[in-house]
Amino acid sequence: MTTFTSVLRDFYEREPDRVSITLQHPNQPDFHISYRELIERSNDYAAEYARMGVKPGDVVILILQHGKDLVYSFWGAVLLGAIPSMMPFLTEKLSPERYRADLAALFSHSHPTGVVTYPEFETDMKALVADHEGSCHVFIADRIPLQEKVDFASLPGAQAKEDEVVLLQHSSGSTGLQKGVALSHRAIFNHLNSYGASINLTRDDVIVSWLPLYHDMGLIACFLLPILRGVPVVQMSPFDWVRAPYRMLRAISDYHGTLTWVPNFAYNFCAQKIRDRDLEGLDLSSWRASINTSEPVRFKSHEMFFERFKGFGLRFETLQTSYGMAENVFAATQNDLSKLPYVEDVDRESFTTDRVARPAYGGRPAIQMMSCGQPIPETVIRIVDDKGHDLPERHIGEIVLKSTCMLNEYYNRPDLTKKAFLPGGWYMSGDYGYQFNGEIFVAGRKKDMLIVGGKNVYPQDLETLACEVPGVHPGRTVAFGMFNETQGTEEVVIIAEVDSNDEAEHERISDEIRKHVTKNSAIAVRYVRVVGPKWVLKTSSGKVARTANKEKFMKELEANQ
Amino acid sequence: MSAEMHQQIAEFIAQKILRQPKRVINPADALISSGLIDSFSLVDLALFVEDTFGVRIADSELNANAFDSIEQLANLIASKK
Repeated sequence: MTTFTSVLRDFYEREPDRVSITLQHPNQPDFHISYRELIERSNDYAAEYARMGVKPGDVVILILQHGKDLVYSFWGAVLLGAIPSMMPFLTEKLSPERYRADLAALFSHSHPTGVVTYPEFETDMKALVADHEGSCHVFIADRIPLQEKVDFASLPGAQAKEDEVVLLQHSSGSTGLQKGVALSHRAIFNHLNSYGASINLTRDDVIVSWLPLYHDMGLIACFLLPILRGVPVVQMSPFDWVRAPYRMLRAISDYHGTLTWVPNFAYNFCAQKIRDRDLEGLDLSSWRASINTSEPVRFKSHEMFFERFKGFGLRFETLQTSYGMAENVFAATQNDLSKLPYVEDVDRESFTTDRVARPAYGGRPAIQMMSCGQPIPETVIRIVDDKGHDLPERHIGEIVLKSTCMLNEYYNRPDLTKKAFLPGGWYMSGDYGYQFNGEIFVAGRKKDMLIVGGKNVYPQDLETLACEVPGVHPGRTVAFGMFNETQGTEEVVIIAEVDSNDEAEHERISDEIRKHVTKNSAIAVRYVRVVGPKWVLKTSSGKVARTANKEKFMKELEANQ
Repeated sequence: MSAEMHQQIAEFIAQKILRQPKRVINPADALISSGLIDSFSLVDLALFVEDTFGVRIADSELNANAFDSIEQLANLIASKK
C-alpha cells in the first residue's frame, strides 16, 4: 500500500541523506533539507499537534510563507494522519477583518483543530480562532519542541488508507475558501504516475519553482511530485521572484534545472522586466520543459520569451503547455514534450457567434489558439453541450473529464460535490474548449472566475470588498477581467457606483477601493472606475450583469482613447 | 527633491501603473504600504527609475521599508547619485 507516510519511510530508511528540497532566500546561503531532516523536523510538528489535541483526520490550517516551517508543518500533519491545508499568505501585515472573513469561510466546512502561524500573528490569530465553535489550537512556528526520534510504527500517518483524504486545496478569497478540494493518497499517486509518464519524469530531473504552495501548480508539481518521487527541487518565494524575476533563471542555471511550471503572464513578465546585467553568464541549456499552465496559454508569450532568452541556451521546444485543475489533482492534459505545441488561427466570427473553431480563411479576422496538448494517461476528456451531449470536433463546449485521480469531494460539501458532476461521474470543469486531432484547446470560462497571474479569483469576492468602502452603493459594484496582450494575463477591473457625480470624490473613493482590495486580497487591481448613479447594469432579476457591464466599460475605454 | 523628478515619477505612476493619467500623487503619499502600487508593478517602477535617473535600485529595496513615497524614493535616488 502506498501512502505519503510509507513513501517518506522508504526514503528515511534507504536514502536519508538525499536532499529532498532546496529553499532559496535572498542574501542567504541556499538551505538544503535532506529526507532525514525533513522527516525528523516534521515529526516534531506531528508530536506537538498530537500533544495539543489534533487527531488523525482533523484539518490543520497553515498560514505561513515560503520557508522550512511551511514544509515541516505540512509533512508533520501528514505523519500524524491529519489533513494539512495551506492558506494564502498576504504580503503586508495581516488585516484582521480579512482574516476573520477568510477563517470564517475555512472554518465553515473544515472545522480545523489546529492553525500554524508566526509569533507576530499569535495574538490576532488566537482572538480570531476564539470566535469559532470547537477547540482549535494556535501553533507558533518557532516554538515546536524537538523530539528524540522518529518511530514510524507509532505514527498514525503510517496507518492511513489509500482512499483517505490526505490534503485540502483551496482557491483564495472567501468563495474559494469555502470549497476545499479533498484529495486522497490514491488520487495523488495515480496522478504522479500518469503525469510523470507524460513528461518522462526521472530522478535526473531538477525542478525549479517560485510558485506559492497553496496553489495546485506549486503544491503538486513543485512540492509533492519532487518530494514523493525523489526529484530535486529548488524553491524560492513568489514575493522574492516578483521583485527579481531573474532569480528563477539564475536557479535554473546554477542547479542545471530541467523542469518548471509557470503561468502565462510570467513569460511576458520575464521577457519585459529582466535587466541585461542580471543575465550575465546565464546558461539555460539544461532546461528541457517549461510548462505553461493555470491560465490561458498564448503563443505570443512563448515567442516573446524565446526572443529574449534564446541567446542563453534556451530552446524553443522547452516552451510547452498543459491544462489542469485541482479537482484532477493538477494536470488534465499535457503537450508531448518532444514536439512544439500545436498553434492555429481560427475564424473570429465563427468562434464567437457559432461557437465553432474553424480554421481562418481569406484574410478574415482570426484568433490565435495554442493547444494544451492531449489528455494525460487515465484521464478521459469530452467536450459537451449544455445537455451533456458530445460535440463534434472543433465545436466549443464545456470540458468534462473522468479519471483515476479525481477529488474525493469538496470537503464536507456534498451539495457542491454533487453539482460538479454529470451522471456517469464526469466532472464539469466550468471551462470551455474544443478538440481537434486529439488536441485540447481551452476557449474561455463558463464559471464566473478570473485568472490573474495564474491565480483563481472570484469576482464576487472583489465586489464584496469594493462594497465595504464607505460611499460605495451596496450591491452596485462589478468586477471582471480584461485580457491584456502585453501582460499576457487578465487585468482586474472594478467598477463601483456612488451617489455623487463629483470627479474629485470619485478619485478619492477609487483610491480607497484600490487600497482596500489590494490589502485584503493580494490581487493587483489595474482599473478602478468609480461611476455616478445608475451606471451599473443589472439583470431583470436584480443581479449585476458582469458581461454587459464589461462591454459597456470597454466601449467607454475605446471611446476615450 | 527637484520638482521635475517628483513630476516625472508621479506621471509614470499615474499613467503606467494606476492607468489614471489625471491622478495627482503628492510627494508624501504612501505608495506601497497603502496598496496603491502592487507588487507586480514594483519592478516597473524600479526599471523606470534606473532608466530615467541613471541609478541602480536593488530588488531588496523594493519594499515599503526602503521607500514608501515619492519623497522617500527621490531621497533614495539622490543618495545613489
